Amino acid sequence: MNHWSFVTAAYVVAIGGTVALLAWAYLTMRRAEAAADDLKRK
Amino acid sequence: MHRFANPARFLKIAKPATTWLFVMGMLLTTVGLVGGLGFASPDYLQGETVRIMYVHVPSAWLGMGGWTGIAIASIAQLVWRHPLAAVAGRALAPAGAMFAAICLLTGSIWGRPTWGTWWEWDGRLTSMLILFFLYLGYIALASAERERGGEGRIAALFGLIGAINLPIIHYSVTWWRTLHQPQSFGTAGSAIDSSILWPLPLATFGFACLFGAAVLMRMRADLAQTKVEARMRRAAAE
Repeated sequence: MNHWSFVTAAYVVAIGGTVALLAWAYLTMRRAEAAADDLKRK
Repeated sequence: MHRFANPARFLKIAKPATTWLFVMGMLLTTVGLVGGLGFASPDYLQGETVRIMYVHVPSAWLGMGGWTGIAIASIAQLVWRHPLAAVAGRALAPAGAMFAAICLLTGSIWGRPTWGTWWEWDGRLTSMLILFFLYLGYIALASAERERGGEGRIAALFGLIGAINLPIIHYSVTWWRTLHQPQSFGTAGSAIDSSILWPLPLATFGFACLFGAAVLMRMRADLAQTKVEARMRRAAAE
């Protein structure tokens, strides 16, 4: 049994999940703050 | 804590803190994971698979830490009606759910070569799965309450009741000795050799900073959305 394939799979899951969480949080924050700024300018 | 009851004051601190946490998190996580993958020693029994610990253990701690945060926010909401408590609870839930999911998946991947199985209804694994489902329930409940314009008190109660699962997860390996190994970290120190252990605190602090950055970003998004909704309501009333 090749141990490295399990190690790689675990790191892909962990890094992929963390990046997905950060990207989603960043995009929703940018969108919401842009909408608030737009409304303030109007 | 009441110093930050004013969202404007909170945002003044949260904006630079988001960047700092993100940068620190990226740095520490990179150093911790590169150290864990390339420089730490393999285990004499588990071999290379011990390197899964550097992603599995931080995600388990953050999965539990997220709900601890929800429980604290719930107390702040129910006792002091802190205006940011419900916002913090809603922001903590998706981050905690993601790390609980990462913990379950990486644990399953680690279990296959170590225990010979992807899954077992062991006390630790089952209580961690329950935590993940509690997160999903909290997310659904808190967003439904927010849409109805509620204060978030039902979600706060759910957050407090759900905290009962935290000591169950912690002591599960003592109460039910089935498959998961007992605690490797205690008040007396660690049972793991330092040649394997050293990247773990770096990876843990790194992931914790990234968790914090994600929570702050979600809180900022929630506050901005509330501002937009309030303005639109005011415009509709005029």
